[in-house]
Amino acid sequence: MEASPLVLFFVGVVAVSVLIYVILDGADLGVGILFGTTRDEHERDQMIAAIAPFWDGNETWLIVVGTVLFAAFPAVYAVFLSAFYLPVVLLLVGLIFRGVAFEFRGRSDRLRPLWDRGFWLGSTAVAFVQGAAVGAMIQGIPVVNGQYSGGAFAWLAPFPVLCGIGLVIGYALLGASWLVLKSEDGLRERAYRLIPWLAGAMVVVLAVATGATLVVAERVASHLAGRSWGLVLPLVGVVAVLGIVLGARRRRDGMPFAMAALFFLMAFLTLAVLFWPYMIPYALTITDTAAPEPSLDFLFWGTVVILPVIFAYTIAVYWIFRGKLQRGYR
Amino acid sequence: MDFDPVFLSRIQFAFVVTFHIIFPSYTIGLAAWLATLEGMALATGKPVYRRVFDFWLRVFAVSFGMGVVSGIVMAFQFGTNWSAMAERTGPIQGPLLAYESFTAFLLEASFLGVVLLGRARVPPALYLFACCMVALGTMASSFWIMCNNSWMQVPLGHTIVDGKVIPADWWTITTGPVVRWRWPHMLLGAFLTTAMTVVATGAWYTLRGMHRAEARVMLSWGLALAAVLIPVQIAVGHFTGDVVHTYQPAKFAAIEARWKTQQPASEVIIGIPDESAGRNLFALEVPRLGSFIASGTWDSREIGLDSIPAQDRPPVLVPFFGFRIMVGMGLAMLAVSWLGLVLRWRGTLETARWFLWAAFLSFPTGFVAVIAGWYTAEVGRQPWIVYGLLRTRDGVTPSLTTETVLMSFAVYVTVYLIVFGFGAHYIYRLLRDGPTPGDPVPRVTAGSRPMAFAGSAASTTGGDVKARE
Repeated sequence: MEASPLVLFFVGVVAVSVLIYVILDGADLGVGILFGTTRDEHERDQMIAAIAPFWDGNETWLIVVGTVLFAAFPAVYAVFLSAFYLPVVLLLVGLIFRGVAFEFRGRSDRLRPLWDRGFWLGSTAVAFVQGAAVGAMIQGIPVVNGQYSGGAFAWLAPFPVLCGIGLVIGYALLGASWLVLKSEDGLRERAYRLIPWLAGAMVVVLAVATGATLVVAERVASHLAGRSWGLVLPLVGVVAVLGIVLGARRRRDGMPFAMAALFFLMAFLTLAVLFWPYMIPYALTITDTAAPEPSLDFLFWGTVVILPVIFAYTIAVYWIFRGKLQRGYR
Repeated sequence: MDFDPVFLSRIQFAFVVTFHIIFPSYTIGLAAWLATLEGMALATGKPVYRRVFDFWLRVFAVSFGMGVVSGIVMAFQFGTNWSAMAERTGPIQGPLLAYESFTAFLLEASFLGVVLLGRARVPPALYLFACCMVALGTMASSFWIMCNNSWMQVPLGHTIVDGKVIPADWWTITTGPVVRWRWPHMLLGAFLTTAMTVVATGAWYTLRGMHRAEARVMLSWGLALAAVLIPVQIAVGHFTGDVVHTYQPAKFAAIEARWKTQQPASEVIIGIPDESAGRNLFALEVPRLGSFIASGTWDSREIGLDSIPAQDRPPVLVPFFGFRIMVGMGLAMLAVSWLGLVLRWRGTLETARWFLWAAFLSFPTGFVAVIAGWYTAEVGRQPWIVYGLLRTRDGVTPSLTTETVLMSFAVYVTVYLIVFGFGAHYIYRLLRDGPTPGDPVPRVTAGSRPMAFAGSAASTTGGDVKARE
């Protein structure tokens, strides 16, 4: 069945929101992951300051994804959240701890270690379960009668775990790139030194994962056979990784983040080529899961009003807090 | 009752939603209260209104933050634990809840920031406008939630094609005969919740002999507001009951603990329903009153649970007591607010310590009423998750196991106790310290983070709070 323009519109909304979420929140989650690599209070404060104005706005995009999925693709919402029951709990708990840590860590000396630990463990857990979910999707999600039919721990199989580790490293790389963009002196230098190592580790994990994909998900290979043009995307991704390392070597503050964003864009598009037209690989397609037209019609008007507002808000926050963080920035 | 995934999912949902509803029902009322105070400050030019405003703004900020955090968890519950329902009724519930999120986004992206941080940057009239918009926004948010829940209580405005639920008339879904009464009922509940905490806080300061001018504003306004709203709420509550009587006879019978169909029907004022025996122990009954309450005549025939097929009967204990606790709280609010106005009129309000104690202790009445009312509504709908359309046991996620729900439930309980324990403690400290003279204009903290704002202002009030940023 051909997808209607309205359905494609909402596919676009979900896709764009996921992409923005991954790049923006990926960066601040990454800073949270790197937060655990230092004990220096001054550096930690700087790390928090580098993401404090942005993180909650970034998470708005995750809520947009969840909201639009439930309304426009209820079957995807239902299968995805039940397939990742425990990871979703971890994700929520991670996000809650991260969020309150921002507020509470400055308030209490006694409990500061608790909130600090909550901050980086929360960030790491959120990154890991997102990666594991992608891994489990590549493997394929078992569905019977429109409902998830697998086990509660499928996301802890070796391949999803590998993808989870990969995304933790990937987000850390985004975070380090964000830090060189926003910080100066010691922290910037440290972030610069981390970038090649993180990039190298990510390439290794990705290489292993790519090899493993052809083993664990034979459908991927047959899917790719008809879409060999899609191979151009990972190639651009490889170039982007080189760009990250090169930018770090030459100490160009903006380049690592731009290249890391490009890399994530390419990774996202690669997955899109692998999955299309499935929303839940390889069980439910876009048209299988789309809500009926009267629902989409009703939702459409709210979406065309609200999305520009969220865009404008996101841009405004990034514009207001542009440049290096300085004294008085917070 | 077995400890199966259905029962545990219900318990988990009840747990997270009970924590959640506390905060939005508080912030809806607080937002309206703040708009009122700001309007009074502008109209009269009296600085005391500004001081009271600045104080309640901090409570609002923490409460709003807590509501957002617990609301995000709610947004995922339908998918994780009730995926069969989500898949089947998503075409209706999805857009309604999406509009709720959209409303909240609009609010957070615009006027909330002005109210929290923009006092010094915008003209007073615009600031008042922003306060009003935040109040309207919180009400609009609750509207969508009530549309969604009302559709689950009494599904209207849809058709079923090939077993799929398809919205047929959004107008009926959003303004139908059920939501039309239930939304105002919830709004009034939220206003009363706030009014009673304002009264109680004012009474607390008066008892401790502190913040006298501010306490006077809180007592006067809170008491007057509650005194006016509670009769309205009793009337709206009555019509909400009519809706239940018309559309959900099983729930109505459960609330009344009416085991057998009666004509004329008596009213069980209080008693202990014995579900296994199908009768009431120690019941205090008034003949014919049941008919009058239900239908407005003294001899109407009222349906009892024996007329409802066994597999469609709701539990009785929770709706029966939930309803009576809600009504009891309403009567307590009525007594406190009217008595308080009489005392104020005689000029003895601030010296009648017995009354001030009663007013102080009525702090939680609104919260208890809201939660008890929701328990009545939700448990009374059982065994349906969407009344008459989908049974609760058919709505649960089919792949769930008892162990996984136990795990998630344990995690939620732990995290909620830590996080909301801190939040409640924080609000308690704000309330205890009260308005401080010469509140500084809060520093501009990063982003639109309500709790950060509350903290930066609260940290000037001393205690063991420290501003370290």
